[in-house]
Amino acid sequence: MARVVVLGGGVSGHTAATFLAKWLGKKHEVVVVTPNSQWNWIPSNIWVGVGGMSKQEVVFDLAPVYKKGNVDYRQAKAISIHPEGSSDTEKQFVTIEYTGQDKVGNSEKLTYDYLINATGPKLNFGATEGLGPDAGNTVSVCTADHAVHANEKLDELIAQMKSGEHKKILIGVGHGMCTCQGAAFEYTFNVDHKLKEEGVRDKATITYITNEYELGDFGVAGMHIKLGGYVTSGKVFAESLYTERDVKWIKRAHVNKVEKDRVHYELLDGSQNEETFDFSMLIPPFGGVGLKAYDKAGKDTTSKIFNPGGFMFVDADYSKGGVPYEEWDADDWPSYCQNPLYKNIFAVGIAFAPPHLISKPMKSPNGTPINPTPPRTGMPSAMMGKAVAQSLRDIILKNATEPTHTAKMSEMGAACVASAGKGLFSGSAVAMTMYPVIPNFKKYKYGRDLNGTFGEIGLAGHWVKYLLHVAFLWKAKLKPFWTIIPE
Amino acid sequence: MKIKPYSQNSFTPVPSAFTKFRRNCVIWQFFRFIAINIKMTVLILKSHH
Ligand SMILES: Cc1cc2nc3c(=O)[nH]c(=O)nc-3n(C[C@H](O)[C@H](O)[C@H](O)COP(=O)(O)OP(=O)(O)OC[C@H]3O[C@@H](n4cnc5c(N)ncnc54)[C@H](O)[C@@H]3O)c2cc1C
Repeated sequence: MARVVVLGGGVSGHTAATFLAKWLGKKHEVVVVTPNSQWNWIPSNIWVGVGGMSKQEVVFDLAPVYKKGNVDYRQAKAISIHPEGSSDTEKQFVTIEYTGQDKVGNSEKLTYDYLINATGPKLNFGATEGLGPDAGNTVSVCTADHAVHANEKLDELIAQMKSGEHKKILIGVGHGMCTCQGAAFEYTFNVDHKLKEEGVRDKATITYITNEYELGDFGVAGMHIKLGGYVTSGKVFAESLYTERDVKWIKRAHVNKVEKDRVHYELLDGSQNEETFDFSMLIPPFGGVGLKAYDKAGKDTTSKIFNPGGFMFVDADYSKGGVPYEEWDADDWPSYCQNPLYKNIFAVGIAFAPPHLISKPMKSPNGTPINPTPPRTGMPSAMMGKAVAQSLRDIILKNATEPTHTAKMSEMGAACVASAGKGLFSGSAVAMTMYPVIPNFKKYKYGRDLNGTFGEIGLAGHWVKYLLHVAFLWKAKLKPFWTIIPE
Repeated sequence: MKIKPYSQNSFTPVPSAFTKFRRNCVIWQFFRFIAINIKMTVLILKSHH
């Protein structure tokens, strides 16, 4: 009997665990270690943050689903990995600390044959002084609870606008090394849409602040699409939308301090600036969750398995990290998501260490890096989870000696639907696909296949976004035919 | 929305009234919905290895 332990029950870990449990059956064990009692469809948090959905509509309890799916669920967080065992056991294990199931605070050693690290991001609000809901200056939509809080604050603001006050709204990213600009983009236009619905749009100035070199970079070096007889950069469409919706923008910015009513930021040209606000939602930078690793003798080997940001090394070409942007190659990206040192350990989704950025690295004259870090959005994350599950199925059931399935971001596409307002007939969203995620300038003139890369805004995009909400919650709850819903 | 010459937004394209109409026209968007789903399905099929 083999035991597969999955750390993290988010988009990638839940996908890996549920497929593996289905394929492996009861002869083998799949264990999920995850600190929350509920699963959250994170993309719909945007709608919670503007009161378009309740928290209950974007979360569900994990325990009954894992029971149905034959997954051993531990409501706990992983603390450390011991890939060689310890002085008293040969068997590799992880230490976990319970956060629920009536064992809060209890530690346990959990042995494994195969380990999947799918722990996602640490929301690193601490990287910028004064950032985030705990500091009390800005709100966030990164978790369902954050989004509920954001909506409460937005409602207070709208009440003040209704009594005639003019307000300044600042939405964007709260550090020069943030990723996830898509979420900030969506929240900007959902707030705009909400203010229009409430009849107070003329009482607000909305500003978007970003570390992108140009709008539309999104951490993937932007994209070109064919439209209206031109091959056009996404920058043009992004700026057009901001103009149409009367949203100002500040680009190439590193927010270095947040106070009650203002942000301080440095621009790529080295200048120091301020922007005031009455309401602000800023996405934090992401780090790894801070897992530790130890060898058999108990020596700390964290730096052998994780990069300094806390993300786990996999089969990527990390030697390319220091070379110029022009020398990067699509092959730098991992194929199997497998740790090179311990072949029974895999990392998927945001938890794996990318070989380098996707956008071009930039620094201000003061040496401050101001560039988006690589996003690993829902679709690639889930695909990595599934590919690793397929490989482990073949290793465990068919005695394959190597992983059998790849999930290389330079050979896979991503579909993203960015909401620009919710409403069955009044909503809109930008529906985008890009292929491949990692631009390949050797193969494609514009870095990507123009036949697989497109984007358009409209009501249909909103319907697709809503369909994805329903479909992915259906799938995550393991309801009938869940396996045929694609990642 | 006012566009001031030489301001940040004065050099960007803006959608025409017809483009805006199409974006919200339920019949047209119904066909776009099908088209987007096809494009996404093709992408998914291309991406699984
Ligand atoms: C507001 C917002 C909107 C977004 N919208 C979109 C969108 O529209 N489309 C899209 O494709 N992507 C979107 N994304 C990105 C998407 O959510 C991520 O790509 C995806 O969640 C990454 O999956 P993951 O499994 O790596 O991480 P997660 O889904 O975050 O899962 C990580 C899991 O690990 C758990 N965990 C943390 N620490 C530990 C530990 N020590 N031990 C065990 N478990 C741990 C966490 O609790 C969590 O359950 C959005 C993100 C945000 C924040």
